Amino acid sequence: MSDADGADSNDDGSSGAFGAAIERGEDVPLLTGDGQYTDDISLPGTTHLAIRRSDHAHARLESVDTSAAEAMDGVVAVFTGEDVVESGVPNTIPTAWDLPGLVQPQYRMLATDKVRHEGTAVAAVVAETPHAAHDALERISVEYEPLEHVTDPVEAVERDVPPVHDEAEDNVAFDFELGDSDATDEAFADADRVTSVDLRQPRIIPNAMEPRAALADWEETTEKLRLWMTSQNPHLHRMLLSAGTLGLPENRIQVIAPEVGGGFGSKIYHYPDEAVTAWCSMQLGRPVKWQATRSESYLTDCHGRDHVTTGEIALDDDGTIRGVRVETHAGLGAQLSQFGTATPSYLYATILSGQYAIPAIHCRVVGAFTNTTPVDAYRGAGRAEGIYVIERLVDVGARELEMDPAELRRRNLIQPDEFPFETAAALVYDSGEYERAMDVALEHVDYDELRERQDELREEGRYLGIGVANFVESAGLSPSGLAGDLGAQAGGWESSIVRFDSTGSVTILAGTADQGQGHRTTYAQIAAEELGLSVDDIDVVEGDTDRIPQGMGTYGSRSASVGGGSIARGAREVREKARRIAAHQLETPVDDLEFEDGEFHVTGAPDRSLHIQTIAHEAYLGHDLPEGMDPGLEETNFYDPENFTYPFGTHVAVVEVEPETGEIEIERYVAVDDCGEIINPMIVEGQVHGGIAQGIGAALYEGAAYDDEGHLETRRMDEYAVPHSTQLPEFETDSTVTPSPHNPIGVKGVGESATIAATPTMVSAVVDALEPFDVDHLDMPITPESVWRATEGDR
Amino acid sequence: MYTNDFDYYRADSVDDALALLGDHDGAELVAGAHGLLPRMKTGEESPPALVDISQLSGLAAIEETDGSSGDSGGDGVSIGALATHTDIANSEIVRQRATALADAAAELGDPQVRNGGTIGGNLAHGDARSDPPAALLALDGSLVARSAGGERTIDATDLFEGPFETAVSSDEIVTGIRIPTADDAVSGYYKRRNPLSGYAMVGVGVWLRTDGETVQEARVAVTGATTTPTRLPGVEDELEGAAVTEEAITAAAAQAGTTLPDEAFVSDVQASAEYRAHLLTVDTERVLGEVLDVDYSSH
Ligand SMILES: Cc1cc2nc3c(=O)[nH]c(=O)nc-3n(C[C@H](O)[C@H](O)[C@H](O)COP(=O)(O)OP(=O)(O)OC[C@H]3O[C@@H](n4cnc5c(N)ncnc54)[C@H](O)[C@@H]3O)c2cc1C
Repeated sequence: MSDADGADSNDDGSSGAFGAAIERGEDVPLLTGDGQYTDDISLPGTTHLAIRRSDHAHARLESVDTSAAEAMDGVVAVFTGEDVVESGVPNTIPTAWDLPGLVQPQYRMLATDKVRHEGTAVAAVVAETPHAAHDALERISVEYEPLEHVTDPVEAVERDVPPVHDEAEDNVAFDFELGDSDATDEAFADADRVTSVDLRQPRIIPNAMEPRAALADWEETTEKLRLWMTSQNPHLHRMLLSAGTLGLPENRIQVIAPEVGGGFGSKIYHYPDEAVTAWCSMQLGRPVKWQATRSESYLTDCHGRDHVTTGEIALDDDGTIRGVRVETHAGLGAQLSQFGTATPSYLYATILSGQYAIPAIHCRVVGAFTNTTPVDAYRGAGRAEGIYVIERLVDVGARELEMDPAELRRRNLIQPDEFPFETAAALVYDSGEYERAMDVALEHVDYDELRERQDELREEGRYLGIGVANFVESAGLSPSGLAGDLGAQAGGWESSIVRFDSTGSVTILAGTADQGQGHRTTYAQIAAEELGLSVDDIDVVEGDTDRIPQGMGTYGSRSASVGGGSIARGAREVREKARRIAAHQLETPVDDLEFEDGEFHVTGAPDRSLHIQTIAHEAYLGHDLPEGMDPGLEETNFYDPENFTYPFGTHVAVVEVEPETGEIEIERYVAVDDCGEIINPMIVEGQVHGGIAQGIGAALYEGAAYDDEGHLETRRMDEYAVPHSTQLPEFETDSTVTPSPHNPIGVKGVGESATIAATPTMVSAVVDALEPFDVDHLDMPITPESVWRATEGDR
Repeated sequence: MYTNDFDYYRADSVDDALALLGDHDGAELVAGAHGLLPRMKTGEESPPALVDISQLSGLAAIEETDGSSGDSGGDGVSIGALATHTDIANSEIVRQRATALADAAAELGDPQVRNGGTIGGNLAHGDARSDPPAALLALDGSLVARSAGGERTIDATDLFEGPFETAVSSDEIVTGIRIPTADDAVSGYYKRRNPLSGYAMVGVGVWLRTDGETVQEARVAVTGATTTPTRLPGVEDELEGAAVTEEAITAAAAQAGTTLPDEAFVSDVQASAEYRAHLLTVDTERVLGEVLDVDYSSH
């Protein structure tokens, strides 16, 4: 991967597209401003929506007076929660994941009785211009009766506070368990040593480059809603809007996701705001546009993480991990977001085995309502939190045993011949060569020598830290049946159409939805490989429910493996149909045909051949097809994988910490990722870079905070920020390739890997540097001040 | 994210700008807009009218002045209010004669901010996280301000009154800044960036006259760490007459955090007042070491 500039190594383009570092075709329009984002789209007569939000964390809504706002110039209408109720629409924002015993409180588009977090949507202004709408917001007068609030997930269930929802008196939304608690207790009783760590994984604000937006156009004559929106999964949004919220059949809603500027999870969810946009258009019969401000993004985009955890690890003196026990309080925020229940339960507890053969694991998660912005999946979702816990536990275990942390990891790795491997946390890992990736990573930094250098520098009063983290990720949640068993209200499949037209060019219609990942390039590479074409022959269309029959969307590292798998399968079906047409026209048995560079030719007679693009023409002429064959050359494919895929790898960070000021300098960052087969090494490297940046961000800089009033304290970019490029080191990336045995193209996915790996890697490195100060753990974000405080007594 | 409505006027001359300020109640000047506009977007400031002075000519010059020209009664540097941070960072005159200000300008924000923001706007605004204030205080500079009533000089020590409060009044235009210089003086500015905003979490400016062995005169000032940029007389007193040694520097820097009251320090999510006070000591020591060329690498 370090060699990412071999872009032209396959410039004939007719084969070998898969695996080439082809430049992203989507970049030119995006970089030149040709790309159309939701806010760029304008319809005649468009009005603008602004949303009045509560500035209380928890309060009873006494009255909302809109008269002054309504009287303002340019204001078209002002709506309250009561207006939505009166309109008779179903008016719920449904969750999409059920759990046993889950408390599911009412979640409405606009609040009617109470506001439960700062930023709750209370009223909507529609005006002729965005400015008029925003000015009018200030003229709405809202009376509140403030209630005591709670923002911490442990306090929410343990302290006597007024419940966020009356339905959950103790603020417990669910109490989830996974694993064998008796077996785990036994393992802990038998083990030579037990050690533990208390840790917090702070709230993360996703900060997509483009804040959320929607443009709704209700066409009264056809009773059809067209909704452009910043969506990672347009079909899912259509489904959730349809039944639960607006009461329209799905075929009366078209959801279009034009260019979308990043998501990291935050644009998966069905929020009140986009629904209100649609509802306002239905009331007014005019197009309505809502563009979130950055401040609104901070307050309303679902946050990530927010875990408070006690983890315990049981070890034998020889370094064998006997068991892991975890108890977590997960903050869910004030409402259940779509996958807000799945993220801290199944997506988290199931990955606690990490890369290790751990015989006994038990995890309990209490999901707590708090008076905060709803929490849901953020890049790495659940898996990031779980890997963080197991990697921290291995580190504290190594300290306990006085063993090198890399060595302790190595001793417990699942071995290549043990796959498929069933963990004690209910997953079956597909394949892995963990030790190989680990060796590559450690060789990059010359691990043993580095440890020696660390010792030498300590003599001089300099503190080098080496952080090593192993990760494995369950990507592409599937099969659908399993998802259903676990509570998902959606499937784990993906669908696509591979369509030749009569001139021989190809269109792929994919149910996933790109927000920057480069699908237009990688999908074209997959199809080009299967069809023997150049990527230039292939166009990729995503993000339109009227053009693309079905889809599940882009999240959970699923697009390459599940979406790409579907495209490969569809392309193969298309190729096989073409083969039958070729056989017919060349008057030869199907089995006598070979396929090479897009050409079918008769074995042993290369000049008796037909190109697949010519066959496409024939297929649409329909003049001379095999007996009984339907014309046309396209296939719709639904691919439901038999299992997750399991990307993995090892990341290493080298830092130097200055105890006097607490400053942390990242000297090196090495990432070795195994994402199975690599479709495009340049795009994989890009995903790894972005992921590391976000992981380092979480470890050192980010972390949302609420003040005593329950107000978000980190509400602007100068108070909460993703790291600048100047704060990040040069990333050194490398890869190993262990194909997924069950994926049609051997792909495992890479969307979340580096975010998952980078956070424990960085924390491990800083804590390692502070070993002479007896620091076993520091919570994120590890600010210079926290380092300074941790070393204060010993300096 | 949306500013309130405001009227916009572009001034043709300083006099025109003063007239426009007089004609429009609550009107504010705008130069580079890098200080004002972000605050208008968040609603922290909402002037009903803006008077744009960014196009005025002749207000961006950087010149050496001397007593003989009768300009300011002594050797010095004169900088027009509309000089951008880039202009200042790139100026050989400022680098040689007023190093602390050149350092501050070079460390400020990012290239876009440095190309847009002006020194006049920066100093008139009074954002306590800014870099130039500590440099100006250490260099004992002053502002030249004009109003309908005439021209006056505002000394740096009188300029900063509180967060976003300065002695520049609403009917005044800063036309330039003046910095006295001396051949035997050295100066410098050390910035510890706030990792979130890029502004100064701690910024220390120093100006020293030495004969190579002892410090004859010292001025030390802080920005970023405190709610208002301010001089550090405790450090200055300790330095004056002290030998140029590591020990003397350490002893002087030790005064930095302690001579100010606790409530003088900023406290936020990123760093507490206590930590900032600690850093102020460390950074004072470092900038003194750098400027006096005393090796501090062993610390
Ligand atoms: C992203 C970003 C990062 C930044 N980082 C830093 C940093 O690291 N360090 C730092 O020091 N600064 C930083 N700044 C602020 C920058 O220095 C601004 O340029 C400066 O604070 C304001 O100068 P301006 O010309 O843009 O003033 P404006 O924004 O135009 O005006 C600011 C104020 O000064 C008044 N004013 C302007 N000119 C005059 C004048 N001639 N006479 C009287 N009053 C006047 C205006 O009325 C207004 O009240 C940053 C700004 C941004 C946007």
